[in-house]
Amino acid sequence: MSVDAPAKPRLKTSAMIASIAFEGQRTVAAPFGHALSKLAETKPNIVGMSADLAKYTDLHIFQQNHPDRFYQMGMAEQLLMMSGAGMAREGFQPWLTTYAVFAARRAYDFLCLAIAEEGLDVKVCCALPGLTTGYGPSHQATEDLAIFRGMPDLTIVDPCDAIDIEQAVPQISDHKGAVYMRLLRGKVPAVLDEYDYKFELGKAKMLRDGADVLFISSGLMTMRALEAADRLRADKVEAAVLHCPTIKPLDEKTIIEAVGAKPGRLVVVAENHSVIGGLGEAVAACLLGSGTVPAGYRQIGLPDKFLDAGALPTLHDRYGISTDQVVARTLSWLG
Amino acid sequence: MTVSATNMPVAELSRRAYKIRRHALKMGQVQGQGYVGQALGVADVLAVSYFRALIYRPGEPEWEGRDRFLLSIGHYAIALYAALIEAGVIPLEELETYGSDDSRLPMSGMASYTPGMEISGGSLGQGLGIAVGMGLGLKRKGTGQFVYNLMSDGELGEGSTWEAAASAAHWKLDNLITIVDFNNQQADGPSTQVLGMGDIAAKFAAFGWHAQFVDGNDMEALVEAFDKARELDDPRPRAIVADTLMGRGVPFLEEREKTHFIRVDEDEWDKAIEVLDAGYAAAAA
Repeated sequence: MSVDAPAKPRLKTSAMIASIAFEGQRTVAAPFGHALSKLAETKPNIVGMSADLAKYTDLHIFQQNHPDRFYQMGMAEQLLMMSGAGMAREGFQPWLTTYAVFAARRAYDFLCLAIAEEGLDVKVCCALPGLTTGYGPSHQATEDLAIFRGMPDLTIVDPCDAIDIEQAVPQISDHKGAVYMRLLRGKVPAVLDEYDYKFELGKAKMLRDGADVLFISSGLMTMRALEAADRLRADKVEAAVLHCPTIKPLDEKTIIEAVGAKPGRLVVVAENHSVIGGLGEAVAACLLGSGTVPAGYRQIGLPDKFLDAGALPTLHDRYGISTDQVVARTLSWLG
Repeated sequence: MTVSATNMPVAELSRRAYKIRRHALKMGQVQGQGYVGQALGVADVLAVSYFRALIYRPGEPEWEGRDRFLLSIGHYAIALYAALIEAGVIPLEELETYGSDDSRLPMSGMASYTPGMEISGGSLGQGLGIAVGMGLGLKRKGTGQFVYNLMSDGELGEGSTWEAAASAAHWKLDNLITIVDFNNQQADGPSTQVLGMGDIAAKFAAFGWHAQFVDGNDMEALVEAFDKARELDDPRPRAIVADTLMGRGVPFLEEREKTHFIRVDEDEWDKAIEVLDAGYAAAAA
């Protein structure tokens, strides 16, 4: 055994509160909690409600700033949805928080019928979307978009970073109706302010252009796509990135125009979600339905399986959504 | 015009309950089907609700000052429509449209269809939780309205009911009154056999509620229970478990083999109404 071998870093299971930021990345603390607190100063009808996860969804910031407007509903996600519906019926705008797995898997019927079917103005903001915790399938919401996309009258937002979240919160509030937002919490990377970008609910935005590849992405995978696009230049590959933070209703017009403008590009849809039922399938249906056929079409997303526990960097590599993997897989598809 | 917690006497309440039963049978006849067994059973509860307990404006169903009445059990819509017709919220003529295409009176209650229908019930186990949110909202606004929630014994099997029950007590929602229609029937048989809940009132009490168990077809007992639930100076939410008889008021339906859905043959509707009329006339005489 060589005594000179450097100690291998011990990759520990990524906790619930693990940040998705890489070492040294610029971050903003609790952007959702601060944005909602600030908005509540001018909108007195906003209330916050959580199912025993205020601290883990950054709603505790709102709780600290507006203690009389915060409702701790206990570990009861069905109740969270029902009571949120009741609050909305009385003229308030409740912002409900829990983990994405619990909202999607456990409380679906309650969000569907008590809130969406009734057209109520309720916002559901859920942490740990996709693969953002190392705790295994009980906490990894790999299929939340697949579950929720079928719900009529539900707007679905998958923001990329702190900038997206800060800008999305007031617009989600102004949009009357049920909204589901996938929440990045804790120390959230800030990247989109480096681009000429403004969040607009319902709109996809081209962040950078490129002749060879078009990444169409949402959530944190937009960050990965931007990093990959930078690195692909070394291989003389020019990649465009179209960010689609609103999953539903999908900005089909912008997507079709982007693909149609340069049909010779390889389209790679990248999402922090199962390859089943998320952005990838939505984009494919939109392109096929409009007769817009790109030179190639590939999906980067989580496999259709229950995922392992462990450290996020390991798992993102294992399941093909790390920047390294995005670069490698894109190059392999280009041949 | 505001209808406000009147002191309507028992005899008049009984007449209203009879009218509610009659409207429900007429609607059942339109479709040749419907949950008339439940409507007949719960008519007395609805009469006390709409003619003694609730504050509302028949011509202005969304009036902010109203007490809220939630029908968690969407399939009881026929019963609530009958009460809303009797209360003057829905015109009597509309009864003929019950369950027809494009009617405002669909067979399962939905908020967007019908004036006076506060929520879309039917996915059982949702009403009480919505009532908790409305109770919290009303407390927030500092106004004194009550939220009533009508639910069923079968619905107690839904775990969400008990999330809401715990929460209502936790938040001391003394503005929330839930009525459990204990008719001991659900889709697959008697509720006590499908998923026995034991002493329902005791369960609510154990969750921190003020709970009463009453004969849900005894008008005097209902009046006393509703008055107490409203007037109680106590920070607990209130439950009234009303022991009712499906088909009440039409003896041949009362005696028919009980299931969730009482069968009424085509030629029996007129007879049911005649029997109801005769029974009421005899009782009132």
